[in-house]
Amino acid sequence: MKKFITFSSSAVPIPMEDIDTDQIIPARFLKSTSRDGFGANLFRDWRYDQKGEQKADFILNNTDYSGSILVCGKNFGCGSSREHAAWALADYGFRVVVSSFFADIFKNNALNNGLLPITVSDEQLHTIFEIIEKDPEATFDVSLEDQKFSCAKEHLSIDFSIDPFKKTCLLEGMDTIDFLISKRDLIQKFESTHLVY
Amino acid sequence: MNQSIFDKIWNRHVVEKIDDRQVILYIDQHFIHEVTSPQAFEGLKKRGIGVFNTRRTLGTADHNVPTINQDQPIKDPLSRKQVEQLTSNCEQFDVKLYDLVHPKQGIVHVIGPEQGLTRPGMTIVCGDSHTSTHGAFGCIAFGIGTSEVEQVLASQSVLQVKPKQMRIKINGPLMNGVGPKDVILYIISKLGVGGATGHFIEYAGTTIENMSMEGRMTVCNMSIEMGARGGLIAPDQKTVEYLSTRKEVVENWESSVHYWSELKTDKEATFDLEFEFDAADVTPMITYGTNPGMGIKIDQKIPELSGASFEKSLNYMGLSTGQNLLNMPIDYVFIGSCTNSRIEDLREVAQFVKGKKKADHVIVFVVPGSQEVARQAKSEGLDKILEEAGFEMRGAGCSACLGMNEDKIPAGKYCVSTSNRNFEGRQGPGARTLLCSPLTAAAAAIEGKIVDVSKALIA
Repeated sequence: MKKFITFSSSAVPIPMEDIDTDQIIPARFLKSTSRDGFGANLFRDWRYDQKGEQKADFILNNTDYSGSILVCGKNFGCGSSREHAAWALADYGFRVVVSSFFADIFKNNALNNGLLPITVSDEQLHTIFEIIEKDPEATFDVSLEDQKFSCAKEHLSIDFSIDPFKKTCLLEGMDTIDFLISKRDLIQKFESTHLVY
Repeated sequence: MNQSIFDKIWNRHVVEKIDDRQVILYIDQHFIHEVTSPQAFEGLKKRGIGVFNTRRTLGTADHNVPTINQDQPIKDPLSRKQVEQLTSNCEQFDVKLYDLVHPKQGIVHVIGPEQGLTRPGMTIVCGDSHTSTHGAFGCIAFGIGTSEVEQVLASQSVLQVKPKQMRIKINGPLMNGVGPKDVILYIISKLGVGGATGHFIEYAGTTIENMSMEGRMTVCNMSIEMGARGGLIAPDQKTVEYLSTRKEVVENWESSVHYWSELKTDKEATFDLEFEFDAADVTPMITYGTNPGMGIKIDQKIPELSGASFEKSLNYMGLSTGQNLLNMPIDYVFIGSCTNSRIEDLREVAQFVKGKKKADHVIVFVVPGSQEVARQAKSEGLDKILEEAGFEMRGAGCSACLGMNEDKIPAGKYCVSTSNRNFEGRQGPGARTLLCSPLTAAAAAIEGKIVDVSKALIA
């Protein structure tokens, strides 16, 4: 996993609630056996009509909006556990998703792929949507080290929380699987006395 | 003594605490399928390591598989490749596999319990959100992502933060024509699609106690539709009876039964959130929108709500606020999925449709959850009853639950479905899903429209 470094970017807003992982990447596009290339089908059925033509009213097809921060309504990533949703977002170029509420499995999947989910309050989310609506090019700063999401021009500064272990993993680009492999002896010892009924 | 069942099982499986929140949690049983495992095996290959404990993982092919001509090669090359990849990965890494032609093949959440691999007190994971199903046996079962699948393959453990806990009690008898699916759709409609996020649920109360193991699986299955990490039910005599016919997979039956009998939530245990419902308030339910929380009693009108998400949802469904769904014509009926494809579901449907015929304009397919369920249905003559009613019996698989295999609902068509998700495009691009119980689905198939099955039964 790449190290997560401080960056600035404009943001793409999708002010819809309960965006499920079937919308992020529909099941019929989960047939790959690799982790790459899912970005092409990110939000497939919102982005394209059934003939494969771009839908003009969807935000990702609007050139006024760009950037590596996605801002969405509450309960983002609900539904299926498919990690393909996180892969699709990262492959498309997003590095941060901001919402007032994330589904649990999606949150874990995102963190395991260097995609940072930032949880803000409903009011803060509303303010962020307003800032982007006023100026689609408004720039936001993301500092994981300081756990801050801010927009200097609009005097917005939000402190966000993150699990300390996950923070370390992201900052150091640490792989959780390598970490568990390093614990194999300990796990083996546990297993030798653990009863499964 | 103030521990919940969840606390007791969790604590027995903590290998190490990493910090105040993260633990290494040992996993007793891991299930894999073709969609969420290939990248995890790829990871093992890159690292040059094997599966840590091959005895604790079982694979099956379910999501991508056709439900007709299952003995022939899969037509879609990408689906075929994914299923073949699962086979070669299981061979290479010495993992047991129930492939498409295996007599024990089926939907992963149907075959686990069926084979006695799902038992009280266990920790169970699978790269699938409906892993919550297994909680019906009093175990901690939850869905994980592919990176976590790789964690389990590599170490038989996952890194997890202990969730908060919620208890949902429901008491009293269910009225005629109302079943476990109605109960869970009712609960989700009350709590909302994100109402249990961050929590693990314990379901309790006499309504739950009186349910069969199959009914309990239906309830636990849909815990994720409220955002819960999982849902469990205390094991009891019914749980033991169910497992007693699968004794051969339990190493020490007597001591296991003893352990299971003590696996209860202490009286003094506290929960972060508690809810209580009355079974008398539950009537046949149906969803009208594009998430499982958008459910109503079948004779109610679509609520007058507003907001961009709500409007988008109704627009997709071709429905409007204030509309009553009763008597609305439908196009398809799908009876299947890890929520409602067990023998009890098929028995209930067959009993209702015996001697009746489906409406001419409706296409109905019934997809058993496993080959074993299909065999049992056949031995009881259920397949004949269903076929005489014009219902098509298919082979085992996830089928039209998720629009990934050949079984899809065409754009714009209404499908009354016993599955678990009504998301946009879930059953195929543009498909419109109405979630309900097997009995309500059977009644819709016969009448060709949405009807209140509790009234139909009285009539």
